[in-house]
Amino acid sequence: MSLSLSPQEQAIAAGQDGAGMAMRIVAESARLLGAPRLIPVASAHIDGALYHGDSGTLFAERLVEGGAKVAVRSTLNVGALDLMGCSRIRLEEPQRGMARRMMEAYRKLGCEQSWTCAPYQAGHRPALGSDVAWGESNAVVFCNSVLGACTNRYGDFLDIACAITGRAPDYGLHRPENRRARLVFDVSGLSPSFLASEIAWPVLGSLYGREVGNAIGVVTGVANHPGEDALKAFGAAAASSGAVGLFHIAGVTPEAPDVETILAEPEPEAVIRATPQMAAKARAGLSTAAADKAVDAVAIGSPHLSPAEFDRLERLIAGRRLAVPIYACTGRHALALLEKDGRRKRLEASGVIIVADTCVVVTPIMPDLMGGVLMTNSGKFAHYTPGNTGYAVLYASLADCVESAVLGKPVFTDIAA
Amino acid sequence: MSATAEILVPGKAGEGEALVLTAPISFWGGVDPRTGRIADVRHPQHGEVISGRVLFLPGTIGSSSASAVLMELVHNGRAPAALVLHEPDAILLLGLIVAREMGWETPIAVRLDRGAFDACRGEALTVAADGAITVAV
Repeated sequence: MSLSLSPQEQAIAAGQDGAGMAMRIVAESARLLGAPRLIPVASAHIDGALYHGDSGTLFAERLVEGGAKVAVRSTLNVGALDLMGCSRIRLEEPQRGMARRMMEAYRKLGCEQSWTCAPYQAGHRPALGSDVAWGESNAVVFCNSVLGACTNRYGDFLDIACAITGRAPDYGLHRPENRRARLVFDVSGLSPSFLASEIAWPVLGSLYGREVGNAIGVVTGVANHPGEDALKAFGAAAASSGAVGLFHIAGVTPEAPDVETILAEPEPEAVIRATPQMAAKARAGLSTAAADKAVDAVAIGSPHLSPAEFDRLERLIAGRRLAVPIYACTGRHALALLEKDGRRKRLEASGVIIVADTCVVVTPIMPDLMGGVLMTNSGKFAHYTPGNTGYAVLYASLADCVESAVLGKPVFTDIAA
Repeated sequence: MSATAEILVPGKAGEGEALVLTAPISFWGGVDPRTGRIADVRHPQHGEVISGRVLFLPGTIGSSSASAVLMELVHNGRAPAALVLHEPDAILLLGLIVAREMGWETPIAVRLDRGAFDACRGEALTVAADGAITVAV
């Protein structure tokens, strides 16, 4: 089946301007994917404004020079700089200047200055069943699974091209038949106390991603809605350990009122029964540090912290002074609330380093430390920290992260799976 | 060794020593965009440099920023001489499509069944603009 473009799409693609370039990029991608046509999208979330090298900056500036503007609401994922000035980014010139030029070019294209990987908690929540073009793996999986809007994983360049054209290839998760579950992931064999604990969802997400890869599964055995921040942690961990773009939880997520409704066939292709041993192994696999004797820093906020997560952080610190810093990564949406009621000052006085617009694994923020150890409660930070920062990781609950930061040495509370 | 491969993204014909990867690779985090060196310590070809090679990819995994890494390699003059993929990867190949839009010279990318990869190992190869893969003379 070959790609067919409407006369209007063809006319735009023939243009020498930025819109023409964007349309050609979307059409070429559609051709490679085998999509028969392009479909309209209602919004975009752009991951492409994170600096990886000069070529990405030059591309965005070419679109600006070509007069391109986004045609639909477009929020921005993190950049490489903290434009709010909360934290010090160690990116040197000339990279720093090129990263700033890149962020500026995306602003000129008409994107919202959201600079967050949790746009869905910053007021960008597409409607159930609507087609959108989102980038960044955790944002994509949340958008598909928790909001029930339809998106594929739109990578660098294609995300902004879809936003400018307002079109995306008709392919993959935009098609209802590709959104049904083929696997069942049953967690009823895990203890209720573990499932109610705060480490359950990131640990299960990591396990789920490893078990299902890029297949679509439905989680069963979850009695109550665990809350949006738990689903955020589950999706982010699943999307880093596997290529998960969409999950369902029976009785919780909108497309899965029950197992039968969401299964593609009457019987699943496989049933994965999570055991306490599997959960314990997945939890242990999130840590890479050889010993748990020392901790140099704590990082939280991948995905970016919500106001509710800052509430918990503040309660757990309880006014104490930290011996090692807690890097708390968030977006402007949460920062504005923290500043309004004086909480930012209180947290910073305790030794929390707030990181806005970016995070500690995508740009150099933490000191270069040979043999450094980072503690985190985020399955996603646990996955990317060793490769991107050189720090070894200790995975722990938020409560243990805070106690460890206060004492300056790792503290673990036993939570049996 | 000679084969005719389907053209995925047209580009400059390439000549170079074959580098046949034996495991899928994630370009983001797996290949250094400045040097073209395979940086993923868990990858069997860790330490090899893909620049100037006819690169055979049995599969690709991971990040949606693979396209950015490939385009950066093109922009730096550190791209492979040609890419041979077992199956098209729209995210990776987007790096070539966008680089072409920028007016930069890009290597050709073709599709070839991975069963034919072994015969290419270690050979000095030419990938012509029409997709013909031959031993360089």
